[in-house]
Amino acid sequence: MAEVTEDVKVEAPKEPLFSKKNRKLLSDPLTDNNPITIQVLGICSALAITAQLKPSIVMAISVIFVLGIGNVVISLMRNIIPSKIRIIVQLIVVAALVIIVDQVLKAFAYELSKQLSVFIGLIITNCIIMGRFEAFALGNGPWKSFLDGVGNAAGYGVLLVLVAFFRELLGSGTLFGFKVLGDPIEKTGLYAIGYENNGFMVLAPMALITVGIIIWIQRYKNPALIEE
Amino acid sequence: MAFNTDKNSYTIIFSVLMVLVVGSLLAGVSSGLRENINANKKKEKQQNILFAMGITDPNDPSAFVPADQAKVLFDKYIGEDQFIVSGGTAEKTSDAFAIDIKKEGDKLKNDSNYQRRMPLFVGKKDGKQFYIVPVRGNGLWDAIWGYIALGGDFNTVEGAFFDHKGETPGLGANITEAYFRDDFIGERILSAAGEYKGIAVKKGNGDPKNERKDDNAVDALAGATITGNGVTAMIKKGLKLYLPYFETLKK
Repeated sequence: MAEVTEDVKVEAPKEPLFSKKNRKLLSDPLTDNNPITIQVLGICSALAITAQLKPSIVMAISVIFVLGIGNVVISLMRNIIPSKIRIIVQLIVVAALVIIVDQVLKAFAYELSKQLSVFIGLIITNCIIMGRFEAFALGNGPWKSFLDGVGNAAGYGVLLVLVAFFRELLGSGTLFGFKVLGDPIEKTGLYAIGYENNGFMVLAPMALITVGIIIWIQRYKNPALIEE
Repeated sequence: MAFNTDKNSYTIIFSVLMVLVVGSLLAGVSSGLRENINANKKKEKQQNILFAMGITDPNDPSAFVPADQAKVLFDKYIGEDQFIVSGGTAEKTSDAFAIDIKKEGDKLKNDSNYQRRMPLFVGKKDGKQFYIVPVRGNGLWDAIWGYIALGGDFNTVEGAFFDHKGETPGLGANITEAYFRDDFIGERILSAAGEYKGIAVKKGNGDPKNERKDDNAVDALAGATITGNGVTAMIKKGLKLYLPYFETLKK
């Protein structure tokens, strides 16, 4: 597994909130240090829920919430967490946050929570979250951890949405449920000239291949990312 | 930091405090949101019932009615025609959802003399009567449930809806798919001789287009034997409980 080296340490006492370093914490995971394409974390959920755009976006928002808050909580407790049980403490923090997200979704977005059902629970096992707790929040202040958490979750979310865009468009011919390519049954739009949906796109293997292609393009554009 | 975070006593105190804080936080969230969640669950049941009697989203015949219209439509098509059936009799109730099928089954297990109470919904659409029976059973991994809408002859299935908690995606989970539940439409629960058979989910049924409506069986799903058997048992056991009441209605 790709291990991330974090050299950011709290040293300057009066650093501006959005200093260059802090901005990098937020922007790096979106591109050159993307949790999915570079760190190769959180792949499992990326395969599972990206068949449609809507659940992907909700998943992204939920993970941003859980990781942003979770990083802050862990960072605030970093000096009082007994090191012997720190993994358990991290797990409990994630689990509690995930249960809250799950309950809130059930109360206010029931249909979505049914669609996401298992995957919300699976946020707990999303390696990005434990990875960021261990690698960053335990060694950095709350504000930096918050930025790092939001940045990494957003990087995860961007990729989720990107993959979902192609899978929903090519697999079902829709975007957000709207039939953008015409109606496959009535044979309108593109379907009138013989286009067919690729049913394989809605299955998990094509998500892996889509992620693979994105990784390929990203490394082609930025050869510095290619490992020796 | 002032604490020695490596000491055993510290570790124990920390864990105890953490459990207390997290526990009470979650309990608070849960009880704060319970009302909303229950309302949503009830709406979902209403959507399921309407779906079983063929009332769907006007824009998409394969989808439920929109959640915000569930109550209005439910009141329109079913309204006060909700019953609690026990044995051969039934009494009208304003909220048959209050009956928990699972708990009723458990009560019967603990006390064999217990008179089981069962919810029944009667819907009217285009002059036709639908007797919608909720059923519940076990799939491969977890609970499965469904709603079977019987026609006015108490024999022909007019519609069905199935759902599950945790069946295998792509295999058992396909009981929620239209091609599975639509096979039930037109099937009969009694044999030609009038004997109660239920509807079997049968391997090697050899009737993919479901042309034989009188064989008390539909085609099974590939790779979902146990879920399919669960559906068979669920329907057979579930509908049987209502037969004495249906007999009195027929007269």
